[in-house]
Amino acid sequence: MSLISVTSLSRVFDVSKPWLNRVLERRPKALLTAVSEVDFEVAPRSTYALVGESGSGKSTIGRMLVGLLTPTSGEVEINGVNLATERDADKVDAIRSDIQMIFQDPFASLNPRWRVRDIIVEPVVARGGDATGLAEKLLEQVGLSALDAGKFPHEFSGGQRQRICIARALSSEPKLIVCDEPTSALDVSVQAQVLNLMSDLKDNFGLTYVLISHDLTVVQHMADRIGVLYLGRLVEEASPKDLFANTKHPYTKMLLEAAPRMDGFGREATLPEGEIPDPINPPTGCAFHPRCPLATDVCKAERPKMRTINATRVACHLAE
Amino acid sequence: MSDAVLSIRGLSVEIPSRSGTVKPVDGVSYDIRAGEILGVVGESGAGKSMAGNAVIGLLTPPAHIAAGEIWLNGTRIDTLKGEDMRRLRGKQIGMVFQDPLTSLNPLLSIGDQLTETMLTHLDITRSEARTRAIAALEEVGIPGAAERIDSYPHEFSGGMRQRVVIALALCAEPSLIIADEPTTALDVSVQAQIIALLKRLCRERGTAVMLITHDMGVIAEAADRVAVMYAGRLAELGDVRDVLTAPRHPYTFGLMASTPLASQGKARLHQIEGAMPRLNKVPEGCPFNPRCAYAQDKCRKAPSPQIADRAAACWFPMTAEKVS
Repeated sequence: MSLISVTSLSRVFDVSKPWLNRVLERRPKALLTAVSEVDFEVAPRSTYALVGESGSGKSTIGRMLVGLLTPTSGEVEINGVNLATERDADKVDAIRSDIQMIFQDPFASLNPRWRVRDIIVEPVVARGGDATGLAEKLLEQVGLSALDAGKFPHEFSGGQRQRICIARALSSEPKLIVCDEPTSALDVSVQAQVLNLMSDLKDNFGLTYVLISHDLTVVQHMADRIGVLYLGRLVEEASPKDLFANTKHPYTKMLLEAAPRMDGFGREATLPEGEIPDPINPPTGCAFHPRCPLATDVCKAERPKMRTINATRVACHLAE
Repeated sequence: MSDAVLSIRGLSVEIPSRSGTVKPVDGVSYDIRAGEILGVVGESGAGKSMAGNAVIGLLTPPAHIAAGEIWLNGTRIDTLKGEDMRRLRGKQIGMVFQDPLTSLNPLLSIGDQLTETMLTHLDITRSEARTRAIAALEEVGIPGAAERIDSYPHEFSGGMRQRVVIALALCAEPSLIIADEPTTALDVSVQAQIIALLKRLCRERGTAVMLITHDMGVIAEAADRVAVMYAGRLAELGDVRDVLTAPRHPYTFGLMASTPLASQGKARLHQIEGAMPRLNKVPEGCPFNPRCAYAQDKCRKAPSPQIADRAAACWFPMTAEKVS
């Protein structure tokens, strides 16, 4: 059974101007569809990656998974429990402590006035648990020293802070960790250290990761399954091997072509056309059709359904 | 100084502080020729931006140039004062920063910003400047430049704003452009467009470009030569293909190996243990020695050799058998 099952998940944000301005300027309400009818499942003890450019809705999905945002429609079930609608408080509580999150910016996600020890044990203490010696143990597991527990966040470098964030995420012994761009703010050599640590912890603790990233190389290295998002829609989902070697969706192809390569000396990449469209007025039919080299009339009129071809799921009329 | 547009010789930047003087840039030398893109790569704190700021005279006091020379087209510029430097900046050196929103004035239309720059540096009339501003916007690939010239920065997307900043850097036809992380804030597909634009402008106009970035992939695709910096010093310098495929400095080697791309199919990424030293605690000898797998006594005592062309600042450079 899958640990997470997401069905037809959508989230709409109201980004209208204030009521009075709207009336005076005779403007309609502006609704931004950040996530639109996304379906996927995550198997236990696997790493599921969500990739996409800014505005593709990957962080919004991450926030809905952990319950920081409620879905506008559709469902997120974790271990068979829907956090948004479940009435049984005990069930919700049990699931909540199984979910943790790691954020992108380790400078903003640690309270500068708290000691590292208090930061790390907070998820346990908040539930009335016993946290004696826990912070010291976790600090050593993430490659820091037990003596660091008494220090403040400003005494650490970016990579070390991200380790503290990981230790905090581990303290409530979660099953699922949603990592929102965990290494984007870090240097390459530090990124390697943090990614290695994440792999080790996954094996040791039997964790499941949902990894949100814009970096295709990181995702390729870490993930068991990758979902590619465009304008809030899941356009392709495949294993890293299939996604990179046997790409089905034109958007994924464009993304892979545009990504800089280490061996791309003097390469003249085929340049992507245009930019991501306005999510308040998304294009009709397939959201990618204005930029797609293959687009036909059916792409303009009809939104493609998710189809399964071999082991790849793809939302494109023309993919085969 | 041969045919180099920019020549940096033994440049050191110092910041005096209560707890002693730190050297964010220490004895750095490199040249950039016309029509060449030099990639300056390193991790945060390596001094790559500081070196760029020293060239354009934008060091914030108390940071100052403590030693070395900077030559631009045969003129020494590190000794220039206030007004002379101001005239040079913008006219001969264009600058592109990481965040396009903070490098544009939100209260002026982009047309005003472009014409203002041109009127300051070139001897032309306001209407000529406007015509040239439209041409500049067209050149950097902004569709409908004639209509959009009176728009304000917030009306453009991130990628388009960065194009405006590049147009701004180019409008006085400088011989050198310093691009400090020009694509870091942008998405992959937009990044590819901006890199292609920089490459095209560099080729067509023969502008020298200093491309400062931490992204090895961007360097591989855009740069002709690359300078790798570590703890304020130049670790390795050379043709981009040589440096990236056959790195000689153990730091460059580790940096290349720790990118997820280079470790494809492996369960673990290559790891350089530890972190870059803080600038007030740069170790004696070669600054990389505590993290280096090949460090010997000499590395801990003698400062690493200074380099000028295809070389690694290392007493015991990497060879093929060391790697295997």
